[in-house]
Amino acid sequence: MATETLTLGKALNTGLRRALENDPKVIIMGEDVGKLGGVFRITDGLQKDFGDQRVIDTPLAESGIIGTAVGLAIRGYRPICEIQFDGFVYPAYDQIVSQVAKMHYRSGGRLSIPMVIRIPYGGGIGAVEHHSESPEAYFAHTAGLKVVTCANPQDAYVMIQQAIASDDPIVFLEPKRRYWEKGQVDLDAPLSEAYPLHSARVVRPGTDVTVLAYGPMVRTCLEAATAAAEDGRELEVIDLRSLSPLDLTAAYESVQRTGRAVVVHEAPSNIGLGAELAARITEKCFYSLESPVLRVTGFDTPYPAARVEEEYLPDLDRVLDAVDRTFGW
Amino acid sequence: MAKGDPGGTTRSRRAAPRSKKGAAGDPELVQLLTPDGERIESHTSPDGTEYRVDFTDEEYRGLYRDLVLVRKLDAEATALQRQGELGLWASLLGQEAAQVGSGRALRAQDMAFPTYREHGVLYCRGIDPIMPLGLFRGVDQGGWDPNEFKFNMYTIVIGAQTLHATGYAMGITMDGKTGTDDGEAAIAYFGDGATSQGDVNEAFVWASVFNAPLVFFCQNNQYAISEPLERQTRVPLYQRAAGFGFPGVRVDGNDVLASYAVTRTALDNARHGQGPSLIEAYTYRMGAHTTSDDPTRYRIASEVEAWQAKDPITRVKAFLEKQQIADAAFFAEVDEQARRESVHLRERVLDMPNPEPVTMFDHVYPNGSPLLDEQRAQFTRYMESFEGSAH
Ligand SMILES: Cc1ncc(C[n+]2csc(CCOP(=O)(O)OP(=O)(O)O)c2C)c(N)n1
Repeated sequence: MATETLTLGKALNTGLRRALENDPKVIIMGEDVGKLGGVFRITDGLQKDFGDQRVIDTPLAESGIIGTAVGLAIRGYRPICEIQFDGFVYPAYDQIVSQVAKMHYRSGGRLSIPMVIRIPYGGGIGAVEHHSESPEAYFAHTAGLKVVTCANPQDAYVMIQQAIASDDPIVFLEPKRRYWEKGQVDLDAPLSEAYPLHSARVVRPGTDVTVLAYGPMVRTCLEAATAAAEDGRELEVIDLRSLSPLDLTAAYESVQRTGRAVVVHEAPSNIGLGAELAARITEKCFYSLESPVLRVTGFDTPYPAARVEEEYLPDLDRVLDAVDRTFGW
Repeated sequence: MAKGDPGGTTRSRRAAPRSKKGAAGDPELVQLLTPDGERIESHTSPDGTEYRVDFTDEEYRGLYRDLVLVRKLDAEATALQRQGELGLWASLLGQEAAQVGSGRALRAQDMAFPTYREHGVLYCRGIDPIMPLGLFRGVDQGGWDPNEFKFNMYTIVIGAQTLHATGYAMGITMDGKTGTDDGEAAIAYFGDGATSQGDVNEAFVWASVFNAPLVFFCQNNQYAISEPLERQTRVPLYQRAAGFGFPGVRVDGNDVLASYAVTRTALDNARHGQGPSLIEAYTYRMGAHTTSDDPTRYRIASEVEAWQAKDPITRVKAFLEKQQIADAAFFAEVDEQARRESVHLRERVLDMPNPEPVTMFDHVYPNGSPLLDEQRAQFTRYMESFEGSAH
């Protein structure tokens, strides 16, 4: 078993490299992905090794990146599009929701768009406006798109390859504040068996409260669980990994045991993923619940100036506060 | 025009300006001051437009002062970022002439729509240079009043502001504020990379069909982060204008006089009801794209050196010296002012406090919202719960 310690960013880079090696139809396209290796260096070295026909620096035009990738996909390619930052995906939003998402349906299944749209998302890096957004709900709301996000290097390495291999268009959200965090990566990990792309995973077992998180918040919730354990409370943390479709089998089973659930995400709460999760858990686990499903989220404001993002983003204290409140009912 | 210049200088009569072609190998480039500091009296474009400036000595000195101050303040901001006082900085190094030239060509009634790099234009609009530093420090979103200064907020999403400028300019026409010498005009700033965006191309279409009093001012600094111009276009950018139905001109963006002249002409045409035009200010970004960028990955030192020889400030200085418009005392005084202002800027940046966290709920809606009021109240209670605790 070839296991290496990699950052999440390097794990993605390695996964992309594998995909380019394994399938000549895989191409990467985006702004600055070539010589620069992307502003986060996720495509570092790939143009050098695979050439500028396969790792393509595109004109500065997001609608163009996604729209031309649709055509390339129809032509048999498997484009991986990099959007430089979350807040810059909106010029491409029309192509993604009106075209990418609906092509398969509109063509009666005759066309498929095996495209991966990689977006570094979320806050916590002290950036200026438009660089820290969590747009997942916009995409998860759109039928025809799948939306996934990774929380650790192993998943980053495996999930990016699974997403590329998938025939569905996939919005692949990368938790940018976790790019530099290291973990063990099994480079021979099987892509299909152990953890299929659209499966959730219990990342810390516990008995008292079920905590649902994804992407950048998984680590925050694991830290909260460690802190809670010192106070004698065992949190079960579930990493959803796939936001559309949702895999809630483990969550239902967990909530039926714990009787309590807290959903944590960085995106604003209003009409967000937390609402969907709370509704589904309430429907399925109504008789097991000791308290309402609570949400810990960003606020319903535009992403604020960097110097107050610490207060905006859910942190360990806010998660623990919600956990406490579930015991107050 | 630039700030008044107290220091009087004695000088002899200037040599009669010589007429010259534009930069070697590039007859398309409007130039009024060569890299060696030679004045070119006027430039006539193929369409017959004549570009010239007629400045007093004091005005020439004022332009020099602007260039030096703007460069110094920019350098100070870069240094502040390196010391962790700013999260990011987008430097204008190398683009001072394009910005000061166009910025000084604006009349009080004209409205500017900048990107995130237009610190020189901002300075010319009379805005306190501390203002954009709040945005880059992460304590606010940029602090000036766009209506007061006729300078809109910085726009980070590439190209979006060109449509805003077009709409604003359409409004000028609707308000009947064109067709006279004191008519209004708008100017939209953007980069070479931005010309690839749908928004910019849509702005071209709209401005053209509505004959909007607007100047599209593209600073072609040769790169969009790492991508060279060839990744955005195969024709000189100014030529694109023809396809949309309005004039385009390429100016030496390192020449403050030419930048001034073409912008003043384009704005005046716009305010007189002659519609939009595109200016391509041909220049070079001497520094990194932003402080988080590493330009050694994508460009070579010799290219930077070649552009260094075309520096926008040294050529004005050479001209002022040659024509004896300014003496050593003047240059020393400008340097001293720049030093003072940058020290002052630094002190004020260090004093910029973090905002109160609860202010993040302000200004989401003009008249508030019940949802947000509730959230603000919850947040306040939550923060108060820490008071007196270990936190
Ligand atoms: C819609 C959008 N996409 C991507 C970015 C990220 N980005 C910021 S600046 C930049 C390059 C801009 O180049 P150019 O338009 O030439 O202007 P310059 O910065 O060189 O002045 C990019 C890609 C962005 N801000 N907005």
